[in-house]
Amino acid sequence: MSSPQKSDLINRRTGKPHTSMFLRMLLRAAVLRRGRAASALLAMVVAAAVATAMLNLYVDVQLKLRREFRNYGANIVVVAKDGQAFPADALEQVNSALAGRGLAVPFAYVVARTSSGQSVVVAGTDLDQVRKLDSWWAATAWPSAAQDALVGARAAAVVSPDGKAFDLSFQKRAIHLNPAGTVRTGDSEDSRIYLSLKDFESWTGVQPSTIEIAASSPSEEITALIQKLTLALPTTEVRPIRQIMEGETRVLGKTRATLTAAAVLIVATAALCVLSTLIGWVFDRRRDFAIMKALGASEGLIGGFFAAEAAALGAVGAILGFGIGVGVAAWIGRVNFHAPVVPRFNVLPVVFVGSIAVALISAVLPIFLLRRVQPAMILRGE
Amino acid sequence: MFARLVYESFRRQKRRKLLAGVAITLGVGVATAMIAVATGIGDKISHELRTYGANLIVTPQEDTLDVQIGGVDLKPPSDGAYLDEADLPKIKGMFWRNNIVGFAPMLSVNVSLSNQGDAKNVTLLGTYFSKRLTFGKQDFATGVRATHPFWKVQGAWPDDNSQDVLLGEGLAAKLGPKAGDEIEIAGQAHRIVGVLSTGGAEDSQIVAPLALAQQILGKPGAVRRVYVSALTKPEDAFARRDPGTLRGPEYDRWYCSPYARSIAFQLQEAIPHSHAEQIRQIAQNEGTVLSRIKGLMLLVTLAALLASALAVSAAMATAIFERRNEVGLMKALGAGNVSVAALFFAEAALLALLGGIVGFAGGALLARQISRSIFDSQLTIEPVLFPLILAIAVIVTFAGSAAAIRRAVKFDPVYALRGEA
Repeated sequence: MSSPQKSDLINRRTGKPHTSMFLRMLLRAAVLRRGRAASALLAMVVAAAVATAMLNLYVDVQLKLRREFRNYGANIVVVAKDGQAFPADALEQVNSALAGRGLAVPFAYVVARTSSGQSVVVAGTDLDQVRKLDSWWAATAWPSAAQDALVGARAAAVVSPDGKAFDLSFQKRAIHLNPAGTVRTGDSEDSRIYLSLKDFESWTGVQPSTIEIAASSPSEEITALIQKLTLALPTTEVRPIRQIMEGETRVLGKTRATLTAAAVLIVATAALCVLSTLIGWVFDRRRDFAIMKALGASEGLIGGFFAAEAAALGAVGAILGFGIGVGVAAWIGRVNFHAPVVPRFNVLPVVFVGSIAVALISAVLPIFLLRRVQPAMILRGE
Repeated sequence: MFARLVYESFRRQKRRKLLAGVAITLGVGVATAMIAVATGIGDKISHELRTYGANLIVTPQEDTLDVQIGGVDLKPPSDGAYLDEADLPKIKGMFWRNNIVGFAPMLSVNVSLSNQGDAKNVTLLGTYFSKRLTFGKQDFATGVRATHPFWKVQGAWPDDNSQDVLLGEGLAAKLGPKAGDEIEIAGQAHRIVGVLSTGGAEDSQIVAPLALAQQILGKPGAVRRVYVSALTKPEDAFARRDPGTLRGPEYDRWYCSPYARSIAFQLQEAIPHSHAEQIRQIAQNEGTVLSRIKGLMLLVTLAALLASALAVSAAMATAIFERRNEVGLMKALGAGNVSVAALFFAEAALLALLGGIVGFAGGALLARQISRSIFDSQLTIEPVLFPLILAIAVIVTFAGSAAAIRRAVKFDPVYALRGEA
């Protein structure tokens, strides 16, 4: 016998795995028992898909819901302190602090008189921004031209019941306005008249005195933002609108808790499904196990073989399932929120490791149970 | 003989039956819990959304324009119309009275405040805190504590029949007095029982029982506006129809749906000379948020049902596949395909029923636990869910077993008995 052959034999005798043989066994096992392998893989894929979808949703839904909650409008308001001037650069300061993560809209108010002498509140603002900030305003049309006004439903009945142009006066200065549309909100806005800031300032000479901010950040960041703004604008009072903040925190918290409970239940069920399928699959192959043992394979080798098989199954299942799960999450996002859920690849390692772990547990458990059984008994079919 | 086969199969294969049974129980439990939570979530979130406060407002019909900037009322008290406080309990006589979480009348008056010598003009807001009212045989309490849950008080809430007041947080910081001190309002001394924080205009006002505001104003029974907090259904196209154009059954359906609009319509009927309207900021967004959360839970429940159906199917398939030898033996003894399949299906049905009952009970408990820990409220589980869940359990178990049974029956008994599966 030549020396390479001899060393080869020694290798085998000592029970060291032969790489090509090991791979072949893995592949043949999968090919020959297509049906069983496929059903185990299917369970794996479904479980990984469900887990991926739930994890993706869990992260993304909070962002999506937070955006829905921004439809409630401003959650921070900046007003001048008693007897102090509102800084002229306040809006720029607020916008730089927001850094694009929200909307800031300036408002200026005066009490003007109608031609019949009634008092009416007139507000000057950036109407395009208001439209985005206060999406619940039911306006028949939004003003676009100069001298156009958006008139509250109740104010409209007083100043221009037939939709004709009307006059207002403030400190003996008059303005002629066209009612471009009426707005209905059910609140104090109904009694007001809204103008573009440009028209308003040239008429009254009054500067904005309030900035409403809709910041789309989690509540901790909003607290930080408020502190930052208070420092930057010392003559103003920056306060959170508690009504909006508290409602959002509460509803979001409850929804998140419910979703967590659902995710835990669903992922646990999926893992259980995989566990029971794979245990069945390995138990089914106790004959292979017995033959390998009868041919002299060590327990470590057999365990390694089944573990490798399970790990491969888990890995393939996790990757396929991740793709499907992202698809499911995107579909739910589109159906429910009319916006796709962006795939989160940081979920992939979690799903990957989780799948392989469950697969390994379900492979090693039956092997551990079979270890003490004599191969002869299995082969005899007992 | 058939019954005995089934019985013996359960008696002798306890471990396997237990495994399959546990899988079914868990699957059914998860499905029950998810369905129960998802069907209840609409009501629960609806209640949570009431944190946003009132969603309807009632004002006098013949009112002049509000002159309000930043929540401060600039309208002279002599101006405009008032509602009558005596009409308010009629709200509890409406068709949708059980959906009314609460209501709070408001009346603001400008008062001069003297505090250690210096006088100051501030707004005093009169309202109900938690006032006991009766309507017919109903006895109930209502006020801002129900309609404005985001109002927080340091100290105590004043009694509605007392002369005690709350001081707005901003005002308290400026003036200095604390809870327990006395303050002179319009020439009379009143006790401050607490400091109020709302994050709104009330922070720089004094909030007092309604009767006190009426007394200062000299108009007993006068109310400027009433905020109503009601549980509503999200608005759809039908809700936006004008009740004036609806006929017969359509009108009844509109009137008897808890839309914000129909509740506003009924409020207007209940309170004479009033105009009721939804506060769109609250009412409209509530509908969107509610339907999003409900839709989300529905889809998640579907995912849960799918996962549990798969778990049950997988367990059943494994359990049957392990019994090829038995099938071979039965067939060798002359059993037909039909009787073998019948045996397996009978066993599956029995497992599904047992697992279904235990699973339903477990799932119901789980759902209650979830509801209690998340929403602090009891969850009622619809009895109709029970037969539904059992039916689903049996169908899923059958569907999961069908493929495995077909394969087991088709298998040649010779190979099965020789163990060459």
